[in-house]
Amino acid sequence: MTDTPWWAGESLWRKMAIWVTALMLVVLIFLTFDTVAKITAGSDRVPGYDVINHRIYYRFSADRGFEVPVIGDSAPLFGTVLSAGEAEEMVTRGKLTVQAKNCMNCHTLLGNGAYYAPDLTKAWLDPGWGAEPVREQLMVTFLMDPETNARGYGTGRKMPDLGITEEEARSVVAFLKWMSAIDTNGFPRGFKPIAQEGDQ
Amino acid sequence: MTTAVTTRLEVGSFSTDRLSVGQKLAVKYFTVAMILFLAQILFGLLAGLQYLRPDFLYNVIDFNVARMVHINAMIVWMLYGFIGSVYWLVEDESGTTLVGAKLGNLAFWVLTLAVTIVVLVYLVVQVGPGEHSTIWLINEGREYIEAPRWADIGIVAVMLVFFYNVAATFMKGKWSGISGVLVLDLVALAGLYVFGMFFTANISMDQHWWWWVIHLWVEATWEVLVGCIMAWGLMKTLGARRIIVTTWLYIEVALMFGSGILGLGHHYFWIGTPEYWFTIGGFFSALEPIPLVAMVVHAVYDSGVHRFKNANHPALAWLIAHAFGNFFGAGVWGFMHTLPQINLYTHGTQWTASHGHLAFFGAYATIIIAMIYIAIQKSRGDIFMGSGLAGAWRWKWALTLSCVGVVGMTVALLISGYEQSFVERALNGSSWAGYFEAQRAKWFIQGMFWRQVWGYVTTLGVVLLLWDLVVIGKGEKRPAEYVSDDLVAEGV
Repeated sequence: MTDTPWWAGESLWRKMAIWVTALMLVVLIFLTFDTVAKITAGSDRVPGYDVINHRIYYRFSADRGFEVPVIGDSAPLFGTVLSAGEAEEMVTRGKLTVQAKNCMNCHTLLGNGAYYAPDLTKAWLDPGWGAEPVREQLMVTFLMDPETNARGYGTGRKMPDLGITEEEARSVVAFLKWMSAIDTNGFPRGFKPIAQEGDQ
Repeated sequence: MTTAVTTRLEVGSFSTDRLSVGQKLAVKYFTVAMILFLAQILFGLLAGLQYLRPDFLYNVIDFNVARMVHINAMIVWMLYGFIGSVYWLVEDESGTTLVGAKLGNLAFWVLTLAVTIVVLVYLVVQVGPGEHSTIWLINEGREYIEAPRWADIGIVAVMLVFFYNVAATFMKGKWSGISGVLVLDLVALAGLYVFGMFFTANISMDQHWWWWVIHLWVEATWEVLVGCIMAWGLMKTLGARRIIVTTWLYIEVALMFGSGILGLGHHYFWIGTPEYWFTIGGFFSALEPIPLVAMVVHAVYDSGVHRFKNANHPALAWLIAHAFGNFFGAGVWGFMHTLPQINLYTHGTQWTASHGHLAFFGAYATIIIAMIYIAIQKSRGDIFMGSGLAGAWRWKWALTLSCVGVVGMTVALLISGYEQSFVERALNGSSWAGYFEAQRAKWFIQGMFWRQVWGYVTTLGVVLLLWDLVVIGKGEKRPAEYVSDDLVAEGV
């Protein structure tokens, strides 16, 4: 084995494998601490759950080069101002429902999931709901009976009846409203929200 | 008595009596893996068909259920395939018999019973109320790791048994470069699953840790695991030298973990995580194809050096398919949309489905199938499975049809993905109206139509494969040491 150059030796690459892996793990752990702090609910990037008491706007940031969420004036969901605890409870129920009804195997959330139905990241702000005053109720009605109120836009696709109760539907809407306020670095690109009171 | 045993173990007949305890266990895992592979394909066909005929089985097996079974069957069969592969090689590599075989057998039956119950609940119960009980008992609703929490705990317990079997066997026997990498990799593989076992309302936090499971499995620990299997497989099929394959394995580990660990960042562009992941994720994930190039070089170089002289043509062919499939599916197709400037338009579109199909098939399905052919060869009495093998057309067509079918699906999905990125994202501001306009577009539908056609081709290939796995080598009498006439004629 004397003809093996040093850079092709087994021993060198064993050490490289160990050291490179260890180094990358240390860097990842360091970055993870920082990232987790920055995505905890209530941080700048991921708002507290009581954001559902407010309007959510998107404004272009010249600094960052894309639209960023702006928490606006008071606009309580279903007309009731919730405490931080109540809001968290409602969003939690909504997230549980989203998981229990397996939404992610048709839809994407933050772009992850399946591609059979539209992305839900900014579903709360989608112009498809028509007008701001009717949006909440329209969403609840749709979730509770998606077959009758199908919104397939000519594709023939219909959301199945998942047995969603009114309470679950309202919680899902709360979850969607909260999610729409997450700073997603401009994803999805070029999104234009529904016209809301106080816009611009 | 001796005569009876000799008759029963006639060369060319299939018998697990020829196998060691670990290999017998491996055959069980491989068998379930192939059944689940077929389930994956069938539910994939159903989901694909629902794009073209949305009313098909509407409110019976809806798209979300079909797709969940499609991707879950895939993850689980691949885990079965990996576990089977490791049980297959552990005794050979350690030079001793498997430690804890009874426990390993028990774990196999527990896991298989759990998988059966989970799939039945997916199909029959499907969804539950928005409560923790649903997550614990029915469906966790998180892509790829939908299995309810009770099953998660079972999976971790089974993985611990598996890890004990493997690590204790190497401790009892001898260690090697391959076994060292393998055992450390299994620690990471099993440990990472735990990061997917909690509930949080915070979707950003949820996806942050979810990617620890999915990415660090699929783009790091699984890749290293198949690197170990490949190293062992090349020694067995080609007679490659241990020092060569071990050095290559170390290079691959250095490159794979060097790029793949921080390559995790390419999933952190749009989920609420900070902007520094643009740079880190973009840079390191762009490096991820390099170890896959190394694998291609490794496999082709070894095959060339040995002039493809080997006694198991289907296994070597699938190993070569793995090297190229891994490079193109995981490497090239991943790289195409890994930079944030491109990913902003492609994230959450059929681009990802295109990449997913070629990567999972190319990187993982292929090498497990190669290992199964190695297992069959031994189970039939170390027969020669090269030139002149009766019914060889079957494995050749199975390989061709399934590879061509998957490549066809990949290209068709990519065309739909391109159209979706342009129409939905670039032109229509990513609204729901934009999404549906893209879905209605002729080019999108054509892509989905051809995906389905290629899906049928893949199915044909897989059915042929399963048939071949049952019958290949039946009645073959030549021993594996036999050198084909072709090679003799070439003076090899």
